Amino acid sequence: MSDFAAAFSSAVSLIVGLDAGLAEIVLLSLRISLSAVFIATLIGLPLGAATAIFRFPGRMGIVVVLNALMGLPPVVVGLIVYLLLSRAGPFGVLGLLFTPTAMIIAQAVLIFPIIAALTRQVVEDLWEEYSEQLQSLGATPARAMPTLLWDARFSLLTSILAGFGRASAEVGAVMIVGGNIDHVTRVMTTAIALEVSKGDLALALGLGMILIALSLGVTGAAFVIREAARG
Amino acid sequence: MDKTILPLHVTDLAFSAGGTNLIDGISFALEAGPRTIVLGPNGAGKSLLLRLCHGLIAPSSGEVTWAGANESRGGSDPARRQAMVFQRPVMLRRSVSANVEYALGLRGVSKNARQAQIDEVLSRTGLQRFARTPARVLSFGEQQKLALARAWALNPQVLFLDEPTASLDPAGTRAVEQIIAAIQSGGTKIIMTTHDLGQARRLGDEILFLHQGKLIEKTEAQSFFERPASNLGQAFLNGDLLW
Repeated sequence: MSDFAAAFSSAVSLIVGLDAGLAEIVLLSLRISLSAVFIATLIGLPLGAATAIFRFPGRMGIVVVLNALMGLPPVVVGLIVYLLLSRAGPFGVLGLLFTPTAMIIAQAVLIFPIIAALTRQVVEDLWEEYSEQLQSLGATPARAMPTLLWDARFSLLTSILAGFGRASAEVGAVMIVGGNIDHVTRVMTTAIALEVSKGDLALALGLGMILIALSLGVTGAAFVIREAARG
Repeated sequence: MDKTILPLHVTDLAFSAGGTNLIDGISFALEAGPRTIVLGPNGAGKSLLLRLCHGLIAPSSGEVTWAGANESRGGSDPARRQAMVFQRPVMLRRSVSANVEYALGLRGVSKNARQAQIDEVLSRTGLQRFARTPARVLSFGEQQKLALARAWALNPQVLFLDEPTASLDPAGTRAVEQIIAAIQSGGTKIIMTTHDLGQARRLGDEILFLHQGKLIEKTEAQSFFERPASNLGQAFLNGDLLW
C-alpha cells in the first residue's frame, strides 16, 4: 500500500511540475488521436449520412459491415496497417511505419466505422422525421444531407466523442504500427503499458490520471455544449 | 403573375399497400378558388390522397395532372408552386426565422430578398417576437403557425393542409383557421383534410367525401351539409359509425 501511496504522490508531482517527458507524451497522444478523429469524421459523417438517406444496391451490406467494424480489435487493425505499411507491403515505399503518421492512420481506420455507424443511426432517425417536409419544400436527398448533418449536430458530437474515446484509450494498434519509440512514437497508453512492466508505477499512474482527466474533460465539455444548445 | 398550375386533374388514382387498396380508383378535378375540404372518417385515405396529389408518394396506378405540367417552356414546375402543412409540424432544429429562410433558400429566393419575406410572414402569423427563438421550444400551436408561415412565405398557388388543427385547442384552432383564410384571400387554393364537421362547415366551399379509399361524393359544401347525395355522407353527418 505504501508503494501505491509513493507512486501516487510522485505521479502528482510529475503532473504538477509539468514534467517535460510527461508533457511530450501527452501532447503526442493528443496530436495523434485528434488527427485520427478529424480524418475519421471527414470520412464517417458523409458515409454514415449517405447510407442513411440514399437507397442503392449494397446499402444493407455497408450498414452491416459498418456495424460489425465498430467492434474491430485494435491489435488486428494495427496488424493490417503494419502489413500495408511495412517495407514489403504495398505502401512500404512511403516509409511511414513507426512514425506518428502510421499511428494516425491506424486509429482513423479503427474509429471511422464507429463514427459512420452512429451517424447513420442518428441521421436515419432524423430523416424519418424530416423526409416528407423536406421533400415538400423541394429538397433532393443530396440537398437534404447537409441539412440533416447540421440539424443532428449535437447528437453527432456524441458520435465523434465516442470515436475520440476509442482512439485515445486503445493501445494495441499504436503499439504495433508506432513501436513505442521514446521521443518519437511513445503515447500515453503505450507508455503506461511499458512503465508498468518496468515497474515505474509513478509515471504510469501519472499518465493514467491525465488520460482519465482528459476523457472526463472532453465528455464534460460536450455535455455542456449540448445542454447550452438545448437552452 | 405566374401561370396557374390549376385545375388539378386526378384520374383513376389508386394506391395499394400489402394487397389492400387504400386509395381505390379516385377521379376528380379541382379548380382554382373554392376551398376544398377532404372529409371522411379515420382511415378513409384522406392524408394519403393529399400526399399523392402533392407528389410525396407515387400512385400504384392512375394520374395526378397539373395544368401546364407538360408545357416545358413557360410552364412552371408544378411542385414548386405547392406547399404542404402536416398534422405534426416538422420544425428544423434552428431558429424560427431560419426555418422560414431555409424554405425560401430551397425555392431559390436570393439572400437579399429573404429577410423582408421572413419579416412579413412572421408578423402576419404573430410570430415576430419569436424570430430568434429555437423553433422546437415553441408550443405546439405556435409550431403549427410557423409551419403555416413557412408555407405562406413560398407564396404557393396550392396549399395542402393535412388535419392542421387535429392536435390544437380551440384557441389554437381558431388562430390557424384565420391564417388559412388569410392565405386563401391572397389567391392560394386551399386543399385540406379534416374529420371535424364543424371545421368543414366553417372553412369548406366544396367537400370531397371519402370512405374506405373511395370518393363517395364531391359536392358543394352547403348542399353536402343540407342534403348529402350519398347514404354514407348522411350517416357520417349523423355521427353514425361507418364500416
